[in-house]
Amino acid sequence: MGVSMPDRKNSKDLEREKRKIKSVKRMKEIMTDYYIEAKTAAQTGKKVAWITSGGPVEPLIAMDVIPVYPENHGAMIGAAKMGVDLCQQAEAMGYSRDLCSYARADIGSAPIDGGPIGGLPRPDMLVCCNNICGTVLKWYEIQARHFDVPLFILDTPFCHTEFSDAAKKYVRAQIGEYVEFLEQACGHRTDPDRMAEVGRLALECQRLWQKVLDTTMHRPAPLSAFDAFFHLALIVTLRGTQTAVDYYRALLKEMEERVAAGIGAIPDERYRLLWDNLPIWYRTRWLSEKFAAHGACLVADTYTSAWCSNMQYLDEDHFLDSMAEGYTRIYLNISVDQMAENILQMIAKYDVDGLVMHSNRSCKPYSLGQYDIQKILQRKSGIATMIIEADMVDERSFSESQIETRIDAFMEVLKQKKGIGQSA
Amino acid sequence: MTPFYDIAKDPQGYARDWKARTQSKIVGYFCSYAPEEIIWASGALPYRILGGGPTIERADAHLQAYSCSLVRGALDDALAGRLDFIDGTVFPHTCDSIQRLSDIWRLNTGFDFHLDLVLPVKLNTHSAEQYMQDVIQKFRQDLADGLKVTITAGMLKKAIETFNGIRSNMRRLYALTSQRSDLISGSDLQAIVKASMVMDRDELCGRLAETCEGLAAQHAESGIEKIPLVLTGGICNMPDIYRQIEDAGGTVVGDDFCTGSRYFEGSMDVQIDPLNAIAQRYYRRINCPAKHRDCFSRGDHLLKIVDNTRARGVIFVLLKFCDPHAFDFPYLKEFLDRAGVPSMLLEIEEQQIATEQLKTRLEAFIERL
Repeated sequence: MGVSMPDRKNSKDLEREKRKIKSVKRMKEIMTDYYIEAKTAAQTGKKVAWITSGGPVEPLIAMDVIPVYPENHGAMIGAAKMGVDLCQQAEAMGYSRDLCSYARADIGSAPIDGGPIGGLPRPDMLVCCNNICGTVLKWYEIQARHFDVPLFILDTPFCHTEFSDAAKKYVRAQIGEYVEFLEQACGHRTDPDRMAEVGRLALECQRLWQKVLDTTMHRPAPLSAFDAFFHLALIVTLRGTQTAVDYYRALLKEMEERVAAGIGAIPDERYRLLWDNLPIWYRTRWLSEKFAAHGACLVADTYTSAWCSNMQYLDEDHFLDSMAEGYTRIYLNISVDQMAENILQMIAKYDVDGLVMHSNRSCKPYSLGQYDIQKILQRKSGIATMIIEADMVDERSFSESQIETRIDAFMEVLKQKKGIGQSA
Repeated sequence: MTPFYDIAKDPQGYARDWKARTQSKIVGYFCSYAPEEIIWASGALPYRILGGGPTIERADAHLQAYSCSLVRGALDDALAGRLDFIDGTVFPHTCDSIQRLSDIWRLNTGFDFHLDLVLPVKLNTHSAEQYMQDVIQKFRQDLADGLKVTITAGMLKKAIETFNGIRSNMRRLYALTSQRSDLISGSDLQAIVKASMVMDRDELCGRLAETCEGLAAQHAESGIEKIPLVLTGGICNMPDIYRQIEDAGGTVVGDDFCTGSRYFEGSMDVQIDPLNAIAQRYYRRINCPAKHRDCFSRGDHLLKIVDNTRARGVIFVLLKFCDPHAFDFPYLKEFLDRAGVPSMLLEIEEQQIATEQLKTRLEAFIERL
């Protein structure tokens, strides 16, 4: 007994070590360096722009402006389980508890430099693109008043059934206005060669990220959606830099090696699931382990792939021109039925057994319509779906026992379905 | 006043009668950014959908509980057949909830046509102004196709005149309310506004003129002095809190509602191209919080209303789960605080108000003034 216990522990450690994604370490270094650079911008004389997660970061990179993402900050606050506290700060300032928890956490953090990194660096300008929601418009207005800095809004008309010519013309004109805004804020002109180079790097980065995500088509999937939530940070914040390209190239290599060695994200992948909506940042590990205990791996998700959803419209030879369409026709800026079509494609591509939808109180554009998507999918593919009612950052909206029961029941359905499928 | 109250009480009944009487089409619309002038010019009746049946049953299968009661109530009305008199629907792009409601509506309700009017969100640049014009132009064509009619410049000009008449009379009524609230109360005004969004617009224009004349001829009686108040916020289907405010010793002399003064603000230029005149009005009128003019436009505007009406306090009436308004509340309150204007917040959901509690809160607030 005295001998076998440590042995077993060792083999368990080895097993865990084998599954660990080695690139994580590098990722953490990059993000640390990035935040140090951003937080010392005042000393180094660099400008800082706050920008929305779906916003066009490339011109900022080309102008040597440091992009800072309040939404990434919101995710960090959530993952650090500091969401409730900061949301309550915002509520004390008069913001309703029903509002987006990213916005509340960031608004609550700004006056007190709260959160895991002691607040975000003060912005010199704000860049808000409403292709992800209308919430960012209000959020950025609030921060523009708070910091008293210029705000640029890139208005990307919603594509219910079409991206009209008028909308295209409007967004293209705004890309020009955006560049002018930056030139004014920075006091120097854009270098077209540099802009082209950044555009090329951004697209390369997107391609690499999509390839990383596509490695999960393999069984067992070498990474899970929970891993993707983590590795996503660079495609959001540092798209358009060589650093991000190098990182994703290394990550892709690691994933390909895992595929070759048959190393899966979870030990025993029997069920493959698709995740919809933002992560539940304060419970990613709990959820990951919960599903893994059932032999279920979340092999893909609609969220991390959203940063590649516009690649077909981007043209690296005419990057600024193609940005108009590329930034308007992204995943969240399209209709419910188009989203359902995308999910259907993902179901086939990743060969999943079920869909887990996070009904996220904080995100109406992502969540309203999920019930209809569910119906469309059931009709067209017969796939099993479940809905988790929660919130991405505010833990007060997470009921563990209820969600646990739902997951168990859902997995039971999948087991039966698969059982029947195999015996038939 | 009676016809207005009757229509406000049963807008669906009115619409059905109108349709039977005129054998014409009815176009349902959401939000005060729908260019009603074009709908009316086409010969169809613009009918503002406000939702709000007593219970919500069918909508729950499509919308989460954290959607506002306007969105849920409207969908429920459509799915239950309570809007069966509508031939098509117009969805101007406003908030995230209406944006998704449009998709869900298109996929589930089965009306003859469905038009998305994806207006600019920012209203402070030349390119946005141009885009507004393009969208309005396209809307004329799409609507004409949807209704299978032709909408001529002459028809548009006539509609513009009608709406200019409606709006100027509405502004007169608002002014009267703030000056002589003993003649026309906030409740009266509310009934008129509600009716105005669904009524035959020619009939409305005539009746409003008569009402204004009638009121102007009356002599003011010196009644009990009431405390003048302004309402602001985003409840689209206002329950009758006007009466309760009056009972508590206040009187509503102005508002900043899209179902109120924002709806009537601004005239259209009859000298220029009619579509351009319509686009200009929607581009220039005071914005809804889901749109952007600058970071202070709504605060400045609210203070101006308080100033013009000499109100002594402001009541924020917010619909639960209405994000754009909830985001603006702290800054608007701060604007009022700094100007020394007392305010209070009422959050309302699905027309349900705990009457006793509301009464106590209103009395306490008005007492303070």
